[in-house]
Amino acid sequence: MDHGYQQHTNTNAHLEYQSGQGRLNILGFWVFLGAEVALFSTLFATYFVLMHRTANGPVSSELFQVPSVLIMTFLLLTSSFTCGLAIHEMRRSNLKGVIIWLVVTLLLGAGFLGFEIKEFIEYTHEGVTLSTSAYWSAFFVLTGTHGLHVTLGLGWIILIMIQLKQRGLTPTTTSKVFISSLYWHFLDVVWIFIFTGVYLIGMVMHHG
Amino acid sequence: MDNQKQNSSLVDNRFPWKHFVGYLLSVVLTLMALWITFSSGFSLSIIFAIIIVLAILQAVLQLLMFMHITERNSKIQTGTMLYAAFIAITIVAGSIWVMSAGHAAH
Amino acid sequence: MKWDQFFITDEPLIVGAGISILLTGLGIIFVLTYLKKWKWLWNEWLTTVDHKKIGIMYILFAILMLFRGGVDALMMRTQLAVPNAHFLDAQHYNEIFTTHGTIMILFMAMPFLIGLINVVIPLQIGARDVAYPYLNAVSFWTFFFGACLFNISFVIGGSPSAGWTSYMPLAGNELSPGPGQNYYLLGLQISGIGTLLTGINFLVTILKMRAKGMTLLRMPMFTWSTLITCVIIIFAFPILTVALALMTFDRLFGSHFFTLASGGMDMLWANLFWLWGHPEVYIVILPAFGMFSEIISTFSRKTLFGYKAMVYSMLVIAGLSFVVWVHHFFTMGSGAAVNSFFSITTMAIGIPTGVKIFNWLFTMYKGKISVTTPMLWSLGFIVNFVIGGVTGVMLAMGAADYQYHNTYFLISHFHYVLIAGTVFGCFAGLHFWYPKMVGYKLNERIGKWCFWIFTIGFNICFFPMYILGLDGMPRRIYTYNASDGWTELNIVATIGAFMMGIGFILLVYNVYYSFRYAKREQTGDAWDGRTLEWSTTSAIPPHYNFAKIPEVTGLDGFWRSKQEKETENVEYKPIHMPSYSGRPFVMSAFLFISGFGLVFEWWAIAILGAIGTLICMVLRSFDYDDGYYVNVEEIQKTESVYKEV
Ligand code: HEM
Ligand SMILES: [Cu+2]
Repeated sequence: MDHGYQQHTNTNAHLEYQSGQGRLNILGFWVFLGAEVALFSTLFATYFVLMHRTANGPVSSELFQVPSVLIMTFLLLTSSFTCGLAIHEMRRSNLKGVIIWLVVTLLLGAGFLGFEIKEFIEYTHEGVTLSTSAYWSAFFVLTGTHGLHVTLGLGWIILIMIQLKQRGLTPTTTSKVFISSLYWHFLDVVWIFIFTGVYLIGMVMHHG
Repeated sequence: MDNQKQNSSLVDNRFPWKHFVGYLLSVVLTLMALWITFSSGFSLSIIFAIIIVLAILQAVLQLLMFMHITERNSKIQTGTMLYAAFIAITIVAGSIWVMSAGHAAH
Repeated sequence: MKWDQFFITDEPLIVGAGISILLTGLGIIFVLTYLKKWKWLWNEWLTTVDHKKIGIMYILFAILMLFRGGVDALMMRTQLAVPNAHFLDAQHYNEIFTTHGTIMILFMAMPFLIGLINVVIPLQIGARDVAYPYLNAVSFWTFFFGACLFNISFVIGGSPSAGWTSYMPLAGNELSPGPGQNYYLLGLQISGIGTLLTGINFLVTILKMRAKGMTLLRMPMFTWSTLITCVIIIFAFPILTVALALMTFDRLFGSHFFTLASGGMDMLWANLFWLWGHPEVYIVILPAFGMFSEIISTFSRKTLFGYKAMVYSMLVIAGLSFVVWVHHFFTMGSGAAVNSFFSITTMAIGIPTGVKIFNWLFTMYKGKISVTTPMLWSLGFIVNFVIGGVTGVMLAMGAADYQYHNTYFLISHFHYVLIAGTVFGCFAGLHFWYPKMVGYKLNERIGKWCFWIFTIGFNICFFPMYILGLDGMPRRIYTYNASDGWTELNIVATIGAFMMGIGFILLVYNVYYSFRYAKREQTGDAWDGRTLEWSTTSAIPPHYNFAKIPEVTGLDGFWRSKQEKETENVEYKPIHMPSYSGRPFVMSAFLFISGFGLVFEWWAIAILGAIGTLICMVLRSFDYDDGYYVNVEEIQKTESVYKEV
């Protein structure tokens, strides 16, 4: 073969890995996730450094609520699971199954987002905003950045579902589905750390 | 490129065990973290240490069970994530240390 | 906002600059229209995804920025030449050192290196393009528009003036009101996207698209250094993204990350800035190291000495470069433990760098050395860079740094590494690969004059600054008194600075002179090279680079195949190439609009730009253009033209 790498095809693989460009895109996305780790780490670092700097304002344990955080956590965790099932169906060449599980994933993700927005609105009513104190600035920007990622993910998956409807399962569409699934799982990974580092610790921490 | 036809040996008709196990373990780890935080009675620093370890375990679980990190370019993918972990620890632990030591914190 | 605040009109120098920019712009528009070149510009350049053209655009832009940053530098040196000068006032001086530093590092050094990387790397690994050609165009245009956003600040709204480090609280709303600092934040933010994407693109390109037979340990050293640089870019630039975003929130949306009020921590900014900033230093030096390695090996007619040691030392640097950042603020007072730790890591990172110096020396040892212009710049690098490195180790000692910190000693140190390392590297690489880009060499005689004037000027300018620094002259002061006793050395430094200016003019003249008179290259191998980029059939490679992808049997692949001298009859196959697209340009223009809106807090414009950007991304998602095939007849036609000459 004297084609560029992008054109090397390999029929002996899952659809999403069959085209050269598909393989490159998946690998590139892993690398991009590495960059995302650095991005969120910086936000976490900021959050932890500013953790006690509430400037005599409200502290986290006064506002965080276990039930709503738990619901959010399980919504996102389950959506990560259903997203994985969508990939499983994709590898069984079952387009209908892919679409169904993706829709379930989207609904769960939207539910998560709804709870997050509700939480932010409640805090605002309590008078806690981005400008309340360094601590709350860090809180809103960390969780907000994650929320923004979820929002973009929802939009992105919808776009890909349209393409699935138009074109079916091809090497190109499946690699797109696979990449968006990586993104979605990654957002759950970030949330695990927010759940642990922000909410759990924030609920029991002593404020100095 | 007309490679649409599926290679039958690749079609995965088995029950998605990996995903189920991953999901169950994640749920268990989450509940454990919850229990340790609120009901274990450990001192704060022990609680922090344990739940952070649990979070890391859960992250690894996602990478292995859901994200197929061991497929294809597994070396590059795993290398990226390990290096990312090094960077994450450097950024987070390093910043906390530097910003809280000496009179930097005031 | 009033119009006279929008367009800066109270400063004659700035008005003059504004008018000359306007006239140049009109001139360019006139020439393009007169020569009917608009379509050509759009079809051949603005929509290109060809790595060679993208590289050339990066380099042109970098030279333009070198000019602007250089003018800034000369203005500072003019002001400081004599005590109590009135050429610039305090505010204007602050603005100029801020734009000088920011532009030189982010908009001159970075694009110069990334430009050379773009031109050379795919050729050097025997690939037809990068892994993601479309993304490469996005990289360039986001970078370009981000840099433009930063650059227009001085005529529209006013420049930032808090230093290239933008320390808080100086860069906050109270002490830096107005749009200047916002320009810094958004210009860097937008261009940073482009840099991150370049990092990902070239990492995957190098890992996955090498020619057959080129194992990792057969990669040329420039390819290796680019690979490591990409790793550092990928993990360092997101830190900058976050730091800039947090300060933007502080300034525009009232958050309290770095403010003095409500619990903010001003030094947290310094911490985040240098968490990115030190790796950034290695981002701008490693590719230069790679280029010197290629050049020294080529002109010593020898394989690089200690290839593996070079590779390992760079791997070590990739790790260590992330754990030394505190040496930029030892004086913050984090205590003995922190300062000692970071002193030690900083000294440790000097070791792999020292190893490399010896490797270059041993490469030359007993080699058949020919002193061409690129080689001259490389030799100049070794001598001058060592001076910068040694003073760097002095600065690495935390306790001693309390003496050197924020003096001209530091200014001199980092110019010795940035100029003798990065700028010399860019010049060396430019001369070396110039025939690959345009098909002829730069004139050697002018090149050598340029080297000597620039290098001597450089030492006259910066060596005295070490002494000034030890004498207590602080950086970032806009004037001093005669009684300080710094006058003589400052005059000397200014003379040196202007010599460097002359050197730069010679370089630009050389571009023109060679365009007119240089002998055109007949083959792809202008310097008797060793690596694959010299194996192309023509001086300027065809857009598909290689009609047939070469195979590599060892290090210095092309050198080997020349020794073997086999001329086989190649049979061509259709070549697949990516299609051009105007969308990266349009999308980045929307980002520019959005950034401009945020700078002035004109929300409607900001939102409009953001929507435009998103629409471009959605369109991309639905774009299933797979590129096209170059057919065999066309390849035969192209290749036979080269064979005949
Ligand atoms: C033409 C040669 C150059 C001359 C004469 C020159 C001169 C100067 C001077 C006079 C200052 C300000 C000192 C002060 O008041 O604190 C300065 C600062 C600086 N220069 Fe240069 N420079 C040159 C080239 C470069 C290059 C090539 C780079 C980077 C690649 C660079 C990076 C910087 C940086 C980062 C600063 C610090 C700005 C700040 O304080 O915020 N310079 N330079
Ligand atoms: Cu440093």
